[in-house]
Amino acid sequence: MSTVNIPSPNGQPKIGVYVCHCGINIAGRVDVKETVAFAKTLPNVTVATEYKFMCSDPGQEMIQKDLRDGKIDRVVVASCSPLMHEPTFRRAMIAADANPFLFQMANIREHVSWVTLDKNAATEKAKALIAAAVKRIVLHRPLEKTRVPVTSDVLVVGGGIAGIHAALTLAEAGRKVYLVEKEPTIGGHMAKFDKTFPTLDCSACILTPKMSAVRAHPNIILWTYSEVAEVEGFVGNFKVKVKRKPRYIKEDLCVGCYECVEACVFKKGITKDEFNVGLSKRRPIYIPFPQATPLVAVIDPETCVQIKRNKCKKPCVDACERDAIDFDQKVEIKEIDVGAIILATGFKTFDASRISRYGYGKYPNIYTSLEVERMVNAAGPTGGEVHLQNGEKPKTVGIVHCVGSRDSKTNAYCSRVCCMYSLKLAHLIKERTEAEVYNFYIDMRTPGKGYEEFYEKLLKENVHFIRGRVAEISDWATIPEEEGKLVIRAEDTLIGAVRRIPVDMVVLSVGMEPHENVDEVRRLFNVSCSHEGWFLERHPKLAPVSTFTDGVFLAGACQGPKDIPDSVAQAGAAAAEALALIDRGYVELEPNTAYLQEEFCSGCKTCLGLCPYGAISFNDEKNISSVNGALCKGCGTCVAACPSGALQQNLFTDEQILHEIEGVISYV
Amino acid sequence: MSDNDRKQFEPRIIAFFCNWCTYTAADLAGTARMAYSPNVRVIRIMCSGRLDPQFILKAFREGADGVLIGGCHPGDCHYQEGNYKALRRFTLLKRFLNMMGIEKERIRLEWIAASEGDKVQKVINEMTEQVRKLGPLKLEPASQLQPQNDRVSRVEPVTIAEGEAS
Repeated sequence: MSTVNIPSPNGQPKIGVYVCHCGINIAGRVDVKETVAFAKTLPNVTVATEYKFMCSDPGQEMIQKDLRDGKIDRVVVASCSPLMHEPTFRRAMIAADANPFLFQMANIREHVSWVTLDKNAATEKAKALIAAAVKRIVLHRPLEKTRVPVTSDVLVVGGGIAGIHAALTLAEAGRKVYLVEKEPTIGGHMAKFDKTFPTLDCSACILTPKMSAVRAHPNIILWTYSEVAEVEGFVGNFKVKVKRKPRYIKEDLCVGCYECVEACVFKKGITKDEFNVGLSKRRPIYIPFPQATPLVAVIDPETCVQIKRNKCKKPCVDACERDAIDFDQKVEIKEIDVGAIILATGFKTFDASRISRYGYGKYPNIYTSLEVERMVNAAGPTGGEVHLQNGEKPKTVGIVHCVGSRDSKTNAYCSRVCCMYSLKLAHLIKERTEAEVYNFYIDMRTPGKGYEEFYEKLLKENVHFIRGRVAEISDWATIPEEEGKLVIRAEDTLIGAVRRIPVDMVVLSVGMEPHENVDEVRRLFNVSCSHEGWFLERHPKLAPVSTFTDGVFLAGACQGPKDIPDSVAQAGAAAAEALALIDRGYVELEPNTAYLQEEFCSGCKTCLGLCPYGAISFNDEKNISSVNGALCKGCGTCVAACPSGALQQNLFTDEQILHEIEGVISYV
Repeated sequence: MSDNDRKQFEPRIIAFFCNWCTYTAADLAGTARMAYSPNVRVIRIMCSGRLDPQFILKAFREGADGVLIGGCHPGDCHYQEGNYKALRRFTLLKRFLNMMGIEKERIRLEWIAASEGDKVQKVINEMTEQVRKLGPLKLEPASQLQPQNDRVSRVEPVTIAEGEAS
């Protein structure tokens, strides 16, 4: 083996071992006293002690005092995961003028006390991990973090309320923001809603000013109808390629006058209007909705006769006084450098047809909640009228909660917003139609400011509440009163009986789901997902908007079901995290890079093809490899492959790992 | 070895988990208090691609009865493709170990994503049982090894199952 044992600067290493109780989190399962006594027997350990909370100030001060007193020069803390508190203890060491890399953690909480039932087994395992750390730290040597400057611009992906709020916050702080949205307009789901719970403010009234502010803000570059195609680089220095799809309209010339839309050879809509979730049809040339931002027409290449078959009279071109229509537009790739990325890619609603017994798509007058949102919206396809397909107003309406939520067959989780929006829709439907409204719920979940009060209000409005999951919706009448109606069959768990409620209209309160292409997106940005497909935060409580990829933050429902207030709050938090990163001006990179011991390199070139970052090149003069530390990300793949052991990885040298193996197995 | 002895045998297994997926998943298993057998001791490496085959040999030589390797799912590697490199080396090493008389069941490679705490629990429990059944690793003198003329066919090829990359 080639690596030389680096002796401690002052002769023999002096190792301090600090075992944390973590309250009873560790001490409840691991015999801390025995562990400390064991640590004292290990070679080079000069201090071994315990404390209730090592991460607290007094705990850190214990370490610092021993370092300053010269009792120790290396520190092993046996506590939680290094992913949790390694930075804390490293900072404590810096404060005591010690090199923070003469430090090693033994994870005796997440990997021992929390997962081991037997106390003896837990204590033995804790001892083994401490022994491994002690054995390994002898070979640690001082390292320095490298500082890399940070690009101050930020990319926000997704133009729903979360993305809008994050972009505006950053822009107000003077940062340049690229806001990328895949649809032709920003606004997301919120733009489709009529009112918002529990205050019943008009959704458009509170959203559209923010949309205009995005459009007008000098620090925001808004790219709608665009998608991120490629992300390279690392925290503070991302290189991103954005694909701008052709909308066949010159964005800088179009004023959104609708003349081209009116002039189209199709005098009526011919294809599903995405904004009205299919309740109306649109033409091939269209503006998604009157407050669309940017207010620029777009031509759908799938339905436009000119684009598809190149033989249209093109009345739109004649109608446009500003010559904004350009059928020759091509995909444009924009390359940008950003320091941080905020993902605010949102959610999709559950496809109600997946639960066939609810009859969505089979029977008329069964709508999803999002369709009803459009229906009750004054700017929607029905002008705010709630009516059946025959044009009449419904006299009875059933609202079915938890469609695609809290059900192991679809999604086990609670979508968090459906109870509240169902209450809101009940109120709005009653207001518009004076119908009898029945809510079928499993549990009413109304945690939030003013939410429970809103539920109380609905109870007073004589909306009916039936506690029980709906079994089936059909048109199968068993008594004359049910003829021509939709029959909702559900067990009323409060009276303990199965009930059949005939209604004219059914609203299915669909839950929230991750987008279908979430796998693609997470790979693009190198973030993880939960089982369900929600982006995974770095820590559910302490780092809820960060991800495991430094410099990539999360906002809104892409991280999990969220209502508008929570999405906005999280977007603000993500913007603040991004600012904290950028305003520091630099990032410090973990010095776990590969390095070459030139005298051992045989010039075999095995490593050259392995590095995904191009950090290894070949020095033809010396006939050996050469590692560029600035490009190396520290995976260690080349190190593992080097036949002569010439390549090593800081913090993870062969010798350190071999020592760790010896330690973990031989002492206990 | 009698059945009674086997019951008492507690195998020692060393695991090498990558920092970004499997180590994080093991932390998650902890946070979620998913108890599992205490026989596996985890060594953290930044990427499964860092796994030098000598680490595994060393583990067996030091007395480990089994070695478990955990990395990100194919396509999910934090460093793009380190896990594919790990897979290649693992495949070769498994053949090599088999020739040396170490049963292939003593070494296992698993793709475990950061969100799969339950998979950490399941794999560690399975692995412990499997190695417990095999009994302690005894490295036999070379002269006692069986001839390995059929060595290639005795090792099952490791393939990435469909739907694995999730």
